[in-house]
Amino acid sequence: MAQGQAVTELCRDCLRLAPASPGARCPACGSPRLLRHAELDRLSLAHLDSDAFYAAVEKRDRPELRDRPVIVGGGRRGVVSAACYVARTYGVRSAMPMFKALQACPHASVIRPDMAKYAAVSRHVRTILLSATPLVEPLSLDEAFLDLTGTEALHHRQPAQTLAALAERIEREIGITVSVGLSYNKFLAKIASELDKPRGFAVIGRSEAPGFLASRPVGIIFGVGQAMQRKLAADGIRLIGEVQGRERGDLVARYGAMGERLWAFARGHDTRPVDPAGERRSISAETTFEADLADRASLEAVLWRLAEKVSLGLKRAELASEGVALKLKTAEFRLRTRHARLAAPSQLAEQLFAAAAALLAREVDGTRFRLIGLGCDRLCPPPPADAADLADPDAGKRAAAERAVDRLRERFGAGAIGKGRGVFPARPPR
Amino acid sequence: MKLTIERSALLRSLGHVQSVVERRNTIPILSNVQLVAEAGALALTATDLDLAIVEQVPAQVARPGGTTAPAHTLYDIVRKLPDGCQIELSSSADNGRLTVKTGASEFSLACLPREDFPVMNEGELPHVFHLACRDLRRLVEKTRFAISSEETRYYLNGIYLHAKSLAEGNVLRAVATDGHRLARVEMPLPEGAAGMPGVIVPRKTVNETFKLMEGSEGAVELALSDSKIRFTFDSIVLTSRLIEGTFPDYERVIPTDNDKQVEVDRRVFAEAVDRVSTISQEKSRAVKLALTKDRMVLSVNSPDSGSATEEVAVGYDGGQLEVGFNSRYLLDIAAEIDGENAQILLADAASPTLIRDVSDASALYVLMPMRV
Repeated sequence: MAQGQAVTELCRDCLRLAPASPGARCPACGSPRLLRHAELDRLSLAHLDSDAFYAAVEKRDRPELRDRPVIVGGGRRGVVSAACYVARTYGVRSAMPMFKALQACPHASVIRPDMAKYAAVSRHVRTILLSATPLVEPLSLDEAFLDLTGTEALHHRQPAQTLAALAERIEREIGITVSVGLSYNKFLAKIASELDKPRGFAVIGRSEAPGFLASRPVGIIFGVGQAMQRKLAADGIRLIGEVQGRERGDLVARYGAMGERLWAFARGHDTRPVDPAGERRSISAETTFEADLADRASLEAVLWRLAEKVSLGLKRAELASEGVALKLKTAEFRLRTRHARLAAPSQLAEQLFAAAAALLAREVDGTRFRLIGLGCDRLCPPPPADAADLADPDAGKRAAAERAVDRLRERFGAGAIGKGRGVFPARPPR
Repeated sequence: MKLTIERSALLRSLGHVQSVVERRNTIPILSNVQLVAEAGALALTATDLDLAIVEQVPAQVARPGGTTAPAHTLYDIVRKLPDGCQIELSSSADNGRLTVKTGASEFSLACLPREDFPVMNEGELPHVFHLACRDLRRLVEKTRFAISSEETRYYLNGIYLHAKSLAEGNVLRAVATDGHRLARVEMPLPEGAAGMPGVIVPRKTVNETFKLMEGSEGAVELALSDSKIRFTFDSIVLTSRLIEGTFPDYERVIPTDNDKQVEVDRRVFAEAVDRVSTISQEKSRAVKLALTKDRMVLSVNSPDSGSATEEVAVGYDGGQLEVGFNSRYLLDIAAEIDGENAQILLADAASPTLIRDVSDASALYVLMPMRV
């Protein structure tokens, strides 16, 4: 915290914002939830992250689970999608294989993810966020950036107060908790939201940013993946502080555009704006099988369900795709990815499936696979998609049928109607 | 093997066979051309395993034999040798080299044994008939622009060649489509073709055959089964696999009752489309045709680059209509219309549109409109 500056204090319960008081509790309401920071009234870029989102939603809907460890995830071979804070005390973490999670915490309640429900809750959260600013950029179902710059006049509140009010409203209306990170750019706001989880509120100010970052690993910088980390480690750089000591020119000469980014981020500079459109570049889905699969019919049955899922994502996002990617992981964990371009942009499960199934046909050679995935890249707006096709006169009818199925599912649920091939594997070819 | 051959004859034949050879090959010998010298002729063979071409060219053979040598390299060498010279080709089994000698130049090329060169087994080809090169060329020329390059629907990657009985008589038909446009061209059915199966001839085969027929006034023999096709010209034999799969039922998409009829000067129309499309976006290339009585206004509106309009006098009396097309597709079709006037038959702004040559009933084109 910067010296010589007046420290401001926010009460997260009664929203009182004033110069710091001497006591441990709010002089107005007596709450201990006080947030003190010198730049509290000057920061306006925030990252909101729901705490153990999927698990929190499940606990909300099943109050008897409130104090029990809850893991949301799929199947024997699946991974943990979310673990509640009770489960985390046993060492359960997101992305951990389910069998390991259950070794650590055998009495946990395991719940299959209900993505439709989480998406609905996420939309509700987003509506609440949008009441504060139109500049909301969702990163995923459970986190978003908010730019509250210039909203003081509108809300008659400082951004910090608005954020505390939003967090309180989400708790009250939806029944889940969020953690807030407040700073002056996206990079630091996202780091801040991790600092005080769950139900937290953390602040990183301009003056403290370089010092704060110095002891952090370079991996927290956006775009520094494992490969880059290895490269940096080979050059003796593990911590951001070790980047701060380097010349900008050296970094650029050595790492190109990434060097420029390293230099800026290490100093706490990040000029990326909060982009409400949050342009999506790809939509994908994948499944790990209960037991390895090698035959085409069984793989296609799973592929069809993935195609439907990805297609739904495209339709919801009002996008179409010009290309599909098939992802396969062999029993030996070797990854195979194959790409195909579609003749014309489409958002229909039928089209995505046809293209991916053609790719799959070439990969089925007796190899046993443990995972299959389907992704759409080259996203584009849907208007020209799925126009009638001279080489496939029935395409229009099939498209209409698919859209009719979508409408039925919207009314009666996803299980109301489906294609046989998603349920039973196709008969093996004669 | 040892032989002497006239440079221009060798160059011509190498030119034919080397274009079958792919630039990149995982199997090394597929980069080579097979040379076999026998009884006063040199036979050159090239293949990519889907397509094989054999050409005979007269040569003075001193010692019969054969080898295989890198096709593109050999072609480049012969191309650079002086016109009119005699080239001596020789190889012996022991050193694995092909020597190319003329005047003061001498080249030695690494060879691969002739025994390893893949032979395409053409099997039995029960359907045999003859066509004038001119006629086959026309079938190919007017349809090949519509061949799809989409991998998923591989059965569209060629020209569908089949016999059809019509009330007016039997025809040999070529059809190609990529889903956006379709070309259908026919000619009277040659004798012997009546029982032929419908076959899909791959794009590369189509293009190679087309090149071989350039300027030829002769005839070509077609022999085919349901998996292979063979084209025999005077001294060249091209054998190809066919695309397995079922060509879609294209007749269902050819509109029969489009009643809005436009007649337009083919050249004037094409030039106008070309001009207004200058500013259309790279991706959509949409051009709008607004029709009122005897008038067509072509326009392109691009939010990024601006707008263009051009008016063309047409024969039209079908009521007001606006319809959009991909300008490149319109130009492709216009380029295949030989007559002075084109006829465009529309139903509405979303249905398949028919385009025909007013003076030639044997060719027709179908084009899907675009939303504009």
